[in-house]
Amino acid sequence: MPSFHPSDDLLMDYAAGSLSEPKAVLVATHLALCPTCRATVDAYESVGGALIESMNSDRVDSSLRDSVLSQLDEIEPERPTVMTREALAQVDLRVPEPLRGYLGSGLDDLDWKTRGRVGEWRILKDQASHTSRLFRIKAGAPMPQHTHDGTELTLVLAGGFTDHGKHFLRGDVATADETIDHRPIADADEDCYCFAVTDAPLRLTGTFSRFLNPFIDM
Amino acid sequence: MNGLNVTTAVPCPGVVARPLGLPRRSDIHVVMPVAKQTVASSDDVGLIEWMAAVANHRDRQAFARLFDHFAPRVKAYMRHLGAEAAVAEDLVQDVMLTVWRRAEQFDASKAGVATWIFTIARNKRIDGIRRERRPEFDPNDPALVADPEPDIDTTVDSQQRGAHLREAIAELPKQQAHLLHLAYFEDKSHSVIAEELGLPLGTVKSRIRLAMKKLKSQLAELR
Ligand SMILES: [Zn+2]
Repeated sequence: MPSFHPSDDLLMDYAAGSLSEPKAVLVATHLALCPTCRATVDAYESVGGALIESMNSDRVDSSLRDSVLSQLDEIEPERPTVMTREALAQVDLRVPEPLRGYLGSGLDDLDWKTRGRVGEWRILKDQASHTSRLFRIKAGAPMPQHTHDGTELTLVLAGGFTDHGKHFLRGDVATADETIDHRPIADADEDCYCFAVTDAPLRLTGTFSRFLNPFIDM
Repeated sequence: MNGLNVTTAVPCPGVVARPLGLPRRSDIHVVMPVAKQTVASSDDVGLIEWMAAVANHRDRQAFARLFDHFAPRVKAYMRHLGAEAAVAEDLVQDVMLTVWRRAEQFDASKAGVATWIFTIARNKRIDGIRRERRPEFDPNDPALVADPEPDIDTTVDSQQRGAHLREAIAELPKQQAHLLHLAYFEDKSHSVIAEELGLPLGTVKSRIRLAMKKLKSQLAELR
């Protein structure tokens, strides 16, 4: 089970529904790997339940009630879909939902943009206020350095890395902001795959540095 | 952990199928504004029984009661989050039909009815008002790390928890209760709240943390 978790305020924002989509993807994917944080989010959701329960309610027109009740017969109960054996064989178990749904393929089939020992794959590009990327770092290589814009959350999917004496493994979330000068290094025995979300736009200072930027120090 | 330390509940409390009649709340069909409730009441039991009747028997009368209880609250929630009346009513319809569609998936050992409906309403409004997807983990995902076995001694019944939480929230100092409302009903993350109130983020975090700590200590008394 993970040792490094998203902060409590991120978990609460996720439960309340105020987290941006990219950060919510990262938090939810951590939740798939972390029963401890799932319990915390459950508790925050029960606060939401208590608040809605004790809220002063708005008048609802009886025509809305009639309309809803008249539709009941047409609606079939929804049951969770069970994956077929074939579908299961196709699944890259290194990537839990909801992140898996955003990739469209397994990690090995992504069209990685490779530079030196680091591969990069951007997702959620329409969320321009954030930079959301998957990284594949060769065993023993330094991780792309944080650009010092905004806060960066990094979720490890496979392998691991060490930063300032802390060892991050699958499911762990590393949080870095501009105050932290960090130089993470991927574990020597295995390639490291991780998902990183920065709450700042990708820095574009020229066509060349656009590619160079994430890989300073390479 | 600063969150509420609530362990996973043992499967069983509550959901007993009782087809008709038993959940007796009143036979009013017109929806009236419901007064602020802060105390545990037989209503909580009613909600669970109505849910069970809907899940097990597609009981329309029980569903109508759930509608009368929750639709006005869900509408108020949507209005708070900036939806026009017509949009709010569309979302209420969407939420309540989802309750009908997914009733079988409601698990009374995991969450109270109000909490479950809150999560549905939250997701619908992210989708409908903010126009974003709501990413969630899939409980049936083969990659999911399962919950450890529940520790029976520290289990708090989820319905009881709801009632006690409401009491605890009602007793919070105004300032702290206000922050909770901003966080849950105004689509504001901690950092946005801090910006708007002109407070350092650390201050907002610590006030909310203080509020949560109080809620947590209330819950602890149940054990
Ligand atoms: Zn966690």
